[in-house]
Amino acid sequence: MRRPSTFAFLLLALLGLLLVLIFAHSWQLTVTDQSRLQANRTLVTQLGLTDLALFSESRYTRHPSQADLHSALQDHPGAFDHFPTGSLLSPPAHLTATHERLAGKTTSPD
Amino acid sequence: MNVWLEKQRHLIDFTLASLARRKTKNLGLLLAYTVLVFVLASLMLFTQALRSEASFVLAGSPEVILQRMVAGRHDLIPPGYIEKIGRIRGVQKQEGRLWGYYYDPVVNANYTFMARPADEVATGSIMVGATLARARGLAAGNVISFRSYSGKLFAFKVAAVLSPDSELLSADLVLLSEADFRAFFEYPAGHYTDIALSVANPQEVRKVAEKLSASLPDSRPILREEVLRTYQSVFDWREGIMLTVLAGAILAFAILSWEKASGLSAEEKREIGILKAIGWETSDVIRMKMWEGLLISLTAFLLGFIAAYVHVFYFGAAVFEPVLKGWAVLYPRFALVPTVDGLQIATLFFFTVFPYTAAVLVPIWRAAITDPDSVMRA
Repeated sequence: MRRPSTFAFLLLALLGLLLVLIFAHSWQLTVTDQSRLQANRTLVTQLGLTDLALFSESRYTRHPSQADLHSALQDHPGAFDHFPTGSLLSPPAHLTATHERLAGKTTSPD
Repeated sequence: MNVWLEKQRHLIDFTLASLARRKTKNLGLLLAYTVLVFVLASLMLFTQALRSEASFVLAGSPEVILQRMVAGRHDLIPPGYIEKIGRIRGVQKQEGRLWGYYYDPVVNANYTFMARPADEVATGSIMVGATLARARGLAAGNVISFRSYSGKLFAFKVAAVLSPDSELLSADLVLLSEADFRAFFEYPAGHYTDIALSVANPQEVRKVAEKLSASLPDSRPILREEVLRTYQSVFDWREGIMLTVLAGAILAFAILSWEKASGLSAEEKREIGILKAIGWETSDVIRMKMWEGLLISLTAFLLGFIAAYVHVFYFGAAVFEPVLKGWAVLYPRFALVPTVDGLQIATLFFFTVFPYTAAVLVPIWRAAITDPDSVMRA
């Protein structure tokens, strides 16, 4: 009679083999993938593109890297963000960056 | 060694037979576990693939983009501005760019119009992104008209549709000649949207940006490294948002597995009591339960991860698509290049397989060290 552990080992070995194949597949880019990536980089260089065309509903989501710092509040200061995508985009780095720790580093007393 | 191996095999045989006795309960747990790993792994693979694709293709973007700011807003570059930059040492080439947005009421979508030199796009012709072409039903040779912001109607012949392989970058692009761009948007002569600069030495880019800020105080230089950093943080943020949304499910699973693993049923307690009574040692009982935890969590991890890989790279991450699409009418169709980050997978493995295996052990140890008679009677 076949033991249940044999079945378990076979299943795990099969799944483990698939995992190894996945790693091998992702490390070895296919010729199609390589040429597509290269063609896209060439297009970016040729047209001078700066952003991915993921969200085209407003200028600060279409070109997050080019948007001015107030564009999310474009109608008046403190205006609510119109688009739900605004919640999927990160806030500008200066809003989340921590301040430099200056304790004990300043030459003049506080 | 062989004796040890044979003993472990017998323990695994016994564990599997014991699991099979509570088939529905254990299969349900395996399914919930697999689905959790699947969702988390899909999210990791998807964001990692987008992140690496963005950093590869956007590495070709201009070294510096110079915008002019007026009252905190992006404004047009006036004539004579470009000439001032020419005098800054290190700047190899500067090029005024013309681009802007157009809202198309026909499909309620925004397009990005971009001017190209006459040798690339002839006057009266346009080249369009594949997503836009699909939305408007366009093919090369068709004629399309747009009503400009001044109310005039402009007709353009579609010279070509950009490759569908580049949809991630060109979904909403409309490339037209400089003359057409200026006529369509009534752009004042000699003005540009912004300036793209190329700097020969990558070490000098920051210095050039400093010089630009000093000599043109109303300008805002955007470096390529900032563009790349923006995309790293955009996808980190998005991954974080999805993880926050999933936090409820993760906690629910944690409670389920803790309950399953730590709270022994009366049947399981009796089983341990009988095993001890017939001569099993405490270490054997613990080993058997460890195999149980490991077999369930390892199988769930492998199944979930493999399913996630197939879902992201062969089915276009269909589960996340509605979240990522947002309000964009023109959402590109794109296939991501498979990328697997070993460290991320190791983290996922550590946080899914180890806690369950460990959670199984504590109550078993407690039950296994007590007197078999009292365990069986309990």
